[in-house]
Amino acid sequence: MPLVTRSGEPSWARPAPRHGRYGDGGGPGGDSAVSAVRVLVGTRKGAFILTSDGARRRWGVSGPHFAGWEIYHLQGSPADPERLYASQSNAWFGQVVQRSDDGGRTWETVGNRFVYEGVPGTHQWYDGTQHPWEFKRVWHFRPSLTDPDTVFAGVEDAGLFRTVDGGRTWQEVSGLRRHPSGAAWQPGAGGMCLHTALLDPGDPRRMFIAISAAGVFRTADAGETWQPANRGLHSEMLPKPDAEVGHCVHRIAMHPARPATLFMQKHWDVMRSDDAGESWREVSGDLPSDFGFAIAVHAHEPETVYVVPIKSDAEHFPPDGRLRVYRSRTGGDEWEALTEGLPQSHCYVNVLRGAMAVDALDPCGVYFGTTGGQVYASADAGDSWSAIVRDLPAVLSVEAQTLP
Amino acid sequence: MIRVVLPPHLRRLAHLDGEAVLDVPGAVTQTTVLDALEAEYPALRGTIRDHLTLRRRAFLRFFACGRDLSHEPPDVPLPAEVAAGTEALRVVGAIAGG
Repeated sequence: MPLVTRSGEPSWARPAPRHGRYGDGGGPGGDSAVSAVRVLVGTRKGAFILTSDGARRRWGVSGPHFAGWEIYHLQGSPADPERLYASQSNAWFGQVVQRSDDGGRTWETVGNRFVYEGVPGTHQWYDGTQHPWEFKRVWHFRPSLTDPDTVFAGVEDAGLFRTVDGGRTWQEVSGLRRHPSGAAWQPGAGGMCLHTALLDPGDPRRMFIAISAAGVFRTADAGETWQPANRGLHSEMLPKPDAEVGHCVHRIAMHPARPATLFMQKHWDVMRSDDAGESWREVSGDLPSDFGFAIAVHAHEPETVYVVPIKSDAEHFPPDGRLRVYRSRTGGDEWEALTEGLPQSHCYVNVLRGAMAVDALDPCGVYFGTTGGQVYASADAGDSWSAIVRDLPAVLSVEAQTLP
Repeated sequence: MIRVVLPPHLRRLAHLDGEAVLDVPGAVTQTTVLDALEAEYPALRGTIRDHLTLRRRAFLRFFACGRDLSHEPPDVPLPAEVAAGTEALRVVGAIAGG
C-alpha cells in the first residue's frame, strides 16, 4: 500500500528535484530517484492532481479543482509539462477551457468558442434521420509535441479544433468533418465524439484520430485531407460489418518510437495495425472478453500492451466481478492477467476510454481510474497495483506526466 | 447600476463575490445586461447564452421581480426595478441532474 499524503502541502507544491535528468540516474532505480510523476485525473465532479517522486510509493492529492464540473480531460504539454489544459463542462453552463502555466497550482479561463467552420451540415441521428452538427463538449486535448501553445481538441459532435495561441482561440480543422462520409457518421451511446488524437513524432503532418461511431481517420497533410483507416475492422452491429466507416472505435494507442504501429480497443475486438492504419488485424487472442474501452502501450517496450477487459456492451463491468488488467508482451494475441492488488471479487466498476496512462520511468508506471472513483497505480509495469485514491467521483480520464 | 445574481458555479468562474454590479448604458434589456456582464467577466462568455446565436442555454432561467422573464424577447426592456437597481436580475440554473 502506498502512503497517501492527504494533508498539508502536497508534494507537487515543492520544487521538483533538479539534480538530474531522466536517464542520468546511473543504474536500476536511478531514474526513480531523480524524477517525479504527476497524474492528472478528470472526474464527473472535478479534477484531481496526484503527485509522487519517482519511487511512486507516497502520493500527494490535490483537488477537487473545478469542483462540481465534469472534467472530460486534463492534459499536459509534452513541450512544457507545467502547461496543462482542462476541459470543464456541464449541462447548465456548457464548455469552459482552463489553462495552467504552473503545473496546476493556478488556472486561467481561456477560450471556449468552438464554432464549426461554414454551415455545419448534418450527420445521422440515432433514429436514422439527419441531425444538425451541434457542439457539446471537448472530450480530448492533444497538445503539440513541440509547442505548448498549439493544441488539438477532439469534440462532440465529432470535430477537430486547433489553437495556436495557448487556448485563447480555437479554429476548426474542418477537412475532417467535410469528409464525404460525414453525413453517415452516427453517435454511439456516449455521443458522437472525437475522443482520441495521436500525433506522429516523426512527421508533424501525420495524425490519427478516432470517432465513436465512425472509426479511425488519418491525415498526411496536417489536417487538410483525411482518409478512413478502418480496413480489417469487423463490426457485427453494422449492416455491412466490414464497412469503410461506422465502426465504434473506443481508443487507439501508439508507441512514439513506432508510429506506424497502432493498437485499438474497438467496441468489441482488440486490433493492431503495422502499416499506419492501412490495415488492421485482430489480436484479442486469449482475452476473457475483447470488449473494453482503454488501451495503452508500455513506455519502453513497444510490443507490451495493456487493456482492461469489460464483460460486454450490455454489462459495463469486469468479467466475473474481477478487475483485471491484461498485458501482452507480444503485441497482442497472448495475454496475461495482472491481478495483484486489484479486487478479485464483487467488483463492478468500468474503466473508461481515457482513463489509462503510462509514465516514462523505469520500470514503467501504469495508471488507470474507474467509474467507482479508484485510481490504481503500478510502479512495476503492471505486476502489482495499489490504489492511490479510492473514493473520487467517477473517473473520466487519467494522464501521467513524468517530470525531470 | 444593474445588479445581476449568478449561480455559484458562474460566480466562481468569474471570481466574483456576491452580485455583479454593472454599468449598462442606454436601454436595459437581457441583451444589453448580458453584453455588459460578458464584457466585465469574459470567462462567462458562452456559459449563459450561445456564442453564435446568443440564445439562452436551455437549463438556465432569468428571473426578476417575482417573474420568469426567460421567454421574453431578449431586446424587450427589463422591469423598471431592475433598471433602477432596486431589484436584481437573477440567472438561475435548473434543478436537474446530479
